[in-house]
Amino acid sequence: MSFAFNDDQKLLAESADRFILDDYAFETRRKIMAMEGGFSREIWSQFAELGWLALPIPEAHGGLGGSTVDTAVLMECLGRGLVVEPYLAAVVLGAGAVAEAGSDAQKNGILPGVAEGTTLLAFAHVEPKARFNLNHVETRAAKDGAGYALTGAKAVVHNAESADTLIVSARTSGSVTDADGVTLFLIDRAAAGVTLRSYPTIDGLRASEVMLDGVKVGADAVLGEVGKAMPAVEAVADRASVLLCAEAAGAMDAAVKLTVEYMKTRVQFGRPIGEFQVLQHRAVEMLGAKEFSRALTYRAAGVVDGANPRERARAVSAAKVEMGRAGRKIGQDGVQLHGGMGMTDDMAVGHYFKRLTMIDVMFGNADHHMRRFARLA
Amino acid sequence: MELILTPAEQKFRDEVREFLAANVPEDIKRKTMTGYRLSKEEHVSWQKTLYEKGWIAPSWPVEHGGTDWTPMQKHIFQEECASAGAPPVLAFGVVMVAPVILKFGTQKQKDYYLPRILRSDDWWCQGYSEPGSGSDLASLRTKAVLNGDHYIVNGQKTWTTMAQHANMMFCLTRTDDSGKRQEGITFLLIDMDQPGVTVQPITTIDGSQEINNVFLEDVKVPVENRVGEEGKGWTYAKYLLGHERTSIAAVGRSKAQLARLRDIAKVEQQDGRPLIEDEAFQKKLAEIEIDLLALESLVLRVLSDESAGKGPGPEASFLKIRGTEVQQGITELLVEAIGNYAHPYVPEAMQTGWNEDPIGPEYAASIAPHYFNWRKASIYGGSNEIQKNIIAKAVLGL
Repeated sequence: MSFAFNDDQKLLAESADRFILDDYAFETRRKIMAMEGGFSREIWSQFAELGWLALPIPEAHGGLGGSTVDTAVLMECLGRGLVVEPYLAAVVLGAGAVAEAGSDAQKNGILPGVAEGTTLLAFAHVEPKARFNLNHVETRAAKDGAGYALTGAKAVVHNAESADTLIVSARTSGSVTDADGVTLFLIDRAAAGVTLRSYPTIDGLRASEVMLDGVKVGADAVLGEVGKAMPAVEAVADRASVLLCAEAAGAMDAAVKLTVEYMKTRVQFGRPIGEFQVLQHRAVEMLGAKEFSRALTYRAAGVVDGANPRERARAVSAAKVEMGRAGRKIGQDGVQLHGGMGMTDDMAVGHYFKRLTMIDVMFGNADHHMRRFARLA
Repeated sequence: MELILTPAEQKFRDEVREFLAANVPEDIKRKTMTGYRLSKEEHVSWQKTLYEKGWIAPSWPVEHGGTDWTPMQKHIFQEECASAGAPPVLAFGVVMVAPVILKFGTQKQKDYYLPRILRSDDWWCQGYSEPGSGSDLASLRTKAVLNGDHYIVNGQKTWTTMAQHANMMFCLTRTDDSGKRQEGITFLLIDMDQPGVTVQPITTIDGSQEINNVFLEDVKVPVENRVGEEGKGWTYAKYLLGHERTSIAAVGRSKAQLARLRDIAKVEQQDGRPLIEDEAFQKKLAEIEIDLLALESLVLRVLSDESAGKGPGPEASFLKIRGTEVQQGITELLVEAIGNYAHPYVPEAMQTGWNEDPIGPEYAASIAPHYFNWRKASIYGGSNEIQKNIIAKAVLGL
């Protein structure tokens, strides 16, 4: 296990940080959020040219075959810039699910397009009543001739409205929370019976409630083995969770830096507030929280690719717990140390706070992962 | 742990409860409970209802339209109002400026403003903070220069809550900067409906616009609108902040929000069981409830001291700190309770006249915005760090 970035990772981090600095200022991001679908297609093409979209995709299918640590390096930089482009939805979750579960034909058919930036995917797994239980799948896929007909609802599907293809989990057998009996399907977002109710999220992204009403698909729409999707879903969710922690590490880093900068310039009682020891200690605790969370995140990222599911789950849950706590502390204290200014929409710190809070919620909050970590001891 | 009430107090509680049940309109109740924004008209209409009943300003002296309630009765009243979903009475008039006018104002000011405050004829806002003067309020620079029978005021106030509705502002201004900073401050009552007053909304991180910048440019304020002596405004401001801290504790509202959290946690399912049965969640709920019980106990103690003639001392700062910690803790648990439905941001759902189906459970829409919005509570009214400085200095003598 290596705790230092290799040369490729250093180069990647440098170029991604440079991109954020040059092309993704806070005000630019605000403009991008107002675009159709809530992100910039132009920037997405840039990501493709830079090879970022290909990064985690297997070499055999048009990608660069990067490790989860490689992708974490990139995600950390994206977190620093509060990037709203659908990297998580399309590449980490979407391409991740196809790479994890798909046949060679499906991988060859879909992944090169993702790597080139021409195909967008969204991962529609979580359901309205599922909370954080991944096994909770009420959506049904009933046999329909040679294919299936899907009926059900999916909740808070990020970037569904701009996706070409939705990866939808549905129950082909078993009862609502059984681990067995869940199957993944590739569904055209524009297919008859698919209805989206789309909305902005509080952290500046876009998501949809996805309603499926007797959506007919052929047998070739099945991704992976019928009824055996849960191990793949868990693997995808774990990898996404640790990558979200990496994104959070970048967001925390930026929030701490902004806060310290503010403390150096904001003058009250005749001196910069950064000279007050009680506030210095708060800032030090924020920095420490970020460092511990980031360290554990990279350690977890390092075991995700090779470990057995139990080891993987414990590593990811530990990182997610640490991230949840650190993100809360840094978000809340970052705003507090900015005083009234921290409450304004014009200051970036509040936006980092919102993103960190929502990352905690995604794929299970700190309490959920604490229970999971304990259960797998 | 319920408060133990005497038969007389029980009778009083029942009377209050009955009144509220009959008079809080259903849609106002729903909005207040779910943290949706009320319009100016809705606020004013409810305050007028309280005024007609004689309950708009329980803490004022009876001769000015207050009540002779005991501290326990005032507390019961607050708690019942909160649990009935009655909108909180806006503090700026009744709780903040009125005690200052009562104690330091002229007879003419009392005769004119106090009845108007009771009837909600004026909507007050607070002109304290400035861009360069937040925690260090005494450094404020908005200048008031005496010119015949008027002051001419120039400067900028900020974080002015609900200034967009206000027609009056109580304002700290600098009339002298030759001596100690605290000694050149003057307390003025400014009519907002005049040229030179510009209100500019500030969008907060939850996307709402309830705070403002207020620009004052050659604003004319008659000398008769000065409260007390020129240069003594700092003393009056401190007096006011002491009063604010007992109301900022908001015990009743926190109790009502805690009850709402419980209701939601009973509905939310986690792995096939209600969230409220989860041990980790129960422990967090219990911690907040105990913090709130301790807060309530200290509030009651401070209120009794007040009725015995002792004004709220610097210990009141503890009420602000604990009160806001409890409020923020509850908002945090509400976010946890709703799981994935913290994500959608649909501000229209919180407005009057929105008739679409909710996204996720109906109670979810306002929860995350409110969590982010309520981070202001540990910043406003003297940040919690400043409250600790006050206690260190004034109580501990450090």
